[in-house]
Amino acid sequence: MFGKFVRGVALGLALVSGSAAFADDNFIVVQSTTSTQNSGLLDAILPTFRDKTGIEVRVVAVGTGQAIKNAMNGDGDVLLVHAKPAEEKFVADGWGVERRDVMYNDFVLIGPEEDPAGVAGGKDIVAAFRQIAEANAPFASRGDDSGTHKAELRHWEEANVDVAAHSGAWYRETGSGMGATLNAAAGMDAYVLSDRATWIAFGNKSGMKILVEGDPKLFNQYGVILVNPEKHAHVKAAEGQSFIDWLTGEEGQAAIAGYKLDGQQLFFPNAQ
Amino acid sequence: MLLILSGDSELWAIVLLSLKVSLLAVVVAAAIGMPLGAALAVGRFPGRRLVVVLLNALMGLPPVVVGLLVYLMLSRSGPLGVLQLLYTPTAMIIAQVVLVTPIIAALTRQTVETLDAEYAEQLRSLGVSRLASVPTLVWDGRVALLTALLAGFGRAIAEVGAVIMVGGNINHVTRVMTTTIALETSKGNLALALALGAILIGIAVSVTGLVSLLAVREGQGEMRHA
Repeated sequence: MFGKFVRGVALGLALVSGSAAFADDNFIVVQSTTSTQNSGLLDAILPTFRDKTGIEVRVVAVGTGQAIKNAMNGDGDVLLVHAKPAEEKFVADGWGVERRDVMYNDFVLIGPEEDPAGVAGGKDIVAAFRQIAEANAPFASRGDDSGTHKAELRHWEEANVDVAAHSGAWYRETGSGMGATLNAAAGMDAYVLSDRATWIAFGNKSGMKILVEGDPKLFNQYGVILVNPEKHAHVKAAEGQSFIDWLTGEEGQAAIAGYKLDGQQLFFPNAQ
Repeated sequence: MLLILSGDSELWAIVLLSLKVSLLAVVVAAAIGMPLGAALAVGRFPGRRLVVVLLNALMGLPPVVVGLLVYLMLSRSGPLGVLQLLYTPTAMIIAQVVLVTPIIAALTRQTVETLDAEYAEQLRSLGVSRLASVPTLVWDGRVALLTALLAGFGRAIAEVGAVIMVGGNINHVTRVMTTTIALETSKGNLALALALGAILIGIAVSVTGLVSLLAVREGQGEMRHA
């Protein structure tokens, strides 16, 4: 009875507000990560795809962990994230059809210009993390199970630092997106691991700069996966696949390479 | 700031969507909350005090929790998933209705109950039953009830936690003022975010001011009649 009522109200609302967004059914929902949105990449390349195919791509930008969970719930047609082990598990468990490489960039260690832990200019991320821990210098972590957070935790583990023991002291988990965490780091003069694209596009750099970069461990791969229609029958498989084919095809790859901010390329296409 | 204001059609679309979602939410919440509040004010049944306390407490519903609950309902894996409402403006309206209804219901209950205490004897002596007196009481308290609607609207238009979760902050589809401000802040565009915030406050103040102005006129008209 309650369901019927809600359905009635919902239908009424849909009729009342009846905008184009309701009528137009030719769209897919892409569960993606904040870096693809905050960097401006998707806003820049998606109109080309829409003009070509008539398919509108609706992007929900959350952390990789949440994006994967949303996709498992069936609340998306395509997953575009950056945590390869988690993506492969998603496919292995039957939630996704196939994982394809799309592009990469890299993570960089950002910190205050004063650099209290003295890590500037280093090429070894694990050594830098160890120095930060030894100096008890403030470090802002995403703390949200995102792709960047997972990458950061791998480095701590390799550095043999038990960050959980320092949580709330020098190790500060913001539990929010990349941009919000960069804002927090700026406010606390903290070190922070960021993907390069979000950092370049970030508007509130206030006294922070890149201190460590170029370690092969900082490689950041993005992958794309079609949500399995066998798990969720409503998945728009044809449209979703057409988006994946475009993104990993010649045109999409060229669009990714062509997206520049302040003259710098943010993502490097590497689909096979 | 001027640049933002001068004919940026995208910004106006966002402003319009904000208004549309929140105003519709208030209309639906009023349709549910006002009769509920009025009934609670004049009705007498066991456990009534408890319901009143509960309703007052629900005014403080945390938006993120409401967002999460509505997400779980509307998710394709949820009980109402077949309606395909997640990530649509309708989902945002539903979340705001859940947030606003208790506010309107509780404030309506308060207003009608106060008036009922004042006029009950008089109305009874005229042979009007408790239930039949409701329209009179509501009409008499209409200015105060308008404040209840405004309180609900203020809650709806300012809210971000629930709409970002069930709307998804999708560009051109479910992006409203508050989610845009959250997004620009996370991009580090603090000046732009602040300017958008000023516009949002401006809208909220304008709507409230306009309605209050109408209410004052109405109140003055009333006095002349009396």
